[in-house]
Amino acid sequence: MTAAAEGSRPFVAPRARSSRLLQSEAFQGFALISPPFLYALVLLAVPILIVIAHSFWTQNYLTIDRTFTLEQYRIALTEPIYRDLLFRSLYISLVVSITTVVLAYPIAYYISFHGGQHKSLWLFLITIPFWTSYLLRVMSWKVILGYGGVLNSGLMELGIINEPLTSLLYNSNAVIITLTHAWAAFAILPIYVSLEKVDRSLIEAATDLGDGPFRRFLRVTLPLTLPGVISAILIVMIPTVGDFVTPKLVGGKDGVMIANAIQAQFGKAANWPLGAALSVTTLIIVSAMAGITVLIIRTAARFAR
Amino acid sequence: MRTLRRLLANWLPAYAFLYIAFLYLPVLLLPIFSINTAASPRFPLSGYTLKWYADLPKTPALIDATENSLIVGVAAAILATILGICAARAVTRYRFPGQRAVSGLIMAPLVLPEVIVAIALLIVLLQLGLSLSLFTVVLGHVLICVPYSVSVLISGFEGFDRSLEEASADLGETALGTFRRVTLPMVMPAIISSLLVSFTISLDEFIMAFFLTGTEATLPIYIWGQLRFAAKLPGVLALGTLLLFGSFILLTFAEILRRRAERRTRMTGAALA
Repeated sequence: MTAAAEGSRPFVAPRARSSRLLQSEAFQGFALISPPFLYALVLLAVPILIVIAHSFWTQNYLTIDRTFTLEQYRIALTEPIYRDLLFRSLYISLVVSITTVVLAYPIAYYISFHGGQHKSLWLFLITIPFWTSYLLRVMSWKVILGYGGVLNSGLMELGIINEPLTSLLYNSNAVIITLTHAWAAFAILPIYVSLEKVDRSLIEAATDLGDGPFRRFLRVTLPLTLPGVISAILIVMIPTVGDFVTPKLVGGKDGVMIANAIQAQFGKAANWPLGAALSVTTLIIVSAMAGITVLIIRTAARFAR
Repeated sequence: MRTLRRLLANWLPAYAFLYIAFLYLPVLLLPIFSINTAASPRFPLSGYTLKWYADLPKTPALIDATENSLIVGVAAAILATILGICAARAVTRYRFPGQRAVSGLIMAPLVLPEVIVAIALLIVLLQLGLSLSLFTVVLGHVLICVPYSVSVLISGFEGFDRSLEEASADLGETALGTFRRVTLPMVMPAIISSLLVSFTISLDEFIMAFFLTGTEATLPIYIWGQLRFAAKLPGVLALGTLLLFGSFILLTFAEILRRRAERRTRMTGAALA
């Protein structure tokens, strides 16, 4: 009997252990998050790995040659057309992210410090324009900046200019203006959140210790809201590089971006490996640029103090 | 110092109003030019008409695109919200190793260039032998919507008092019963808000749909096709105006519900504290 009891023990123990495991917080949490995790794994992480794999292959007409080669990267990095597009895209997304954040900071500050009881109404007011059809918002800028457009006819009406400006539309500036508008909410919200977290008594302390509004802002508020500024820059800079709608509608010849080339490789040109190499290159370089920007901001903030 | 402060105090509200004007300018042009008699959008308006609106229901391609968009939007909203509930609940209720990495991956579509996410998905779906259809668009939209759904739901789940669930369990409810009778009623407003936000995103999403759809067009794909023809612009503007008002109503509703959810979780938390 004792032998039977002893014999049964090894069967009981694992079950007890497994039920303890099943009830453990870590296991339950992981089980709960696994459906969205698996979804993102299968439809995001794995596809991106496959894109990376494609970037090392070549394509002969319709078949893909799976021998390892760096040929696509050579094309992506040395062909003048792709190099120019990449540089222009990086320039545009850098300018757009910095402009957007600089323009967004005061409004986020205003809402957080002077919004009073209407803070959430202000935030709602700011997000509304972003729920208009994206295509039509871009189209609207085309109407505003066009030759016979709203801005030109307005300026002529006021007598500021005599004939319509042609420099407004179909260049990289038009792309920058449109994207700065398109991403405004994505910059305002993270900055607002970080401003809300600033302990107001610290600002009072700085005032009591004799700091003026400008020094107080530079030494207390700005450093404390740096995480918000940085996440705003990242959330604008990286996705902006991948926009091909805005360049196509308002960019003209001089506003074409790398995403247009990527799109072409998966459309008419149908060269997946080259498109993949362009995607990977863009992603790596824009991430590096984002990293450097963050580093510069952090260093500048340390010196400003 | 006092003059500087006064300057600052006056400068900010003025800036705020200018900024709002900048945000709303392109949006307000849509309804204005949608009732203009001339096809080309310029001031002064040549006259007022509602004919562009009257023409909308007479366009079969538009009716099809609307149907497709509704199907995709409803499917994407439901799936994204189900996945979002799992993620938001796991993040707010449990602590487990690798949590940051896992939620980072789930939120990643928010900070990735959409074109790259779309082509990656396209390659995989084609290699799996799936033909492009509205179903593949739904798959892509769910990926894009989940991060938004999670953010909305987390704000609804946070501050949710765990002792309420413990009390329910102590009183003999099963885990499922507790979820259905205690958790769900508390978080229902946040869930509906997530559904509405996801639906609105899907309705307006272009890049994913552009790569992942087969022959069936969604509304943004239809609009993209129309933008090539200058004469079709007023019709598109009329459609855009209707979509704007539709989205505005849905999102106002979503915002009211989200706030109610926030207040509800906070109030019960305070009552028990």
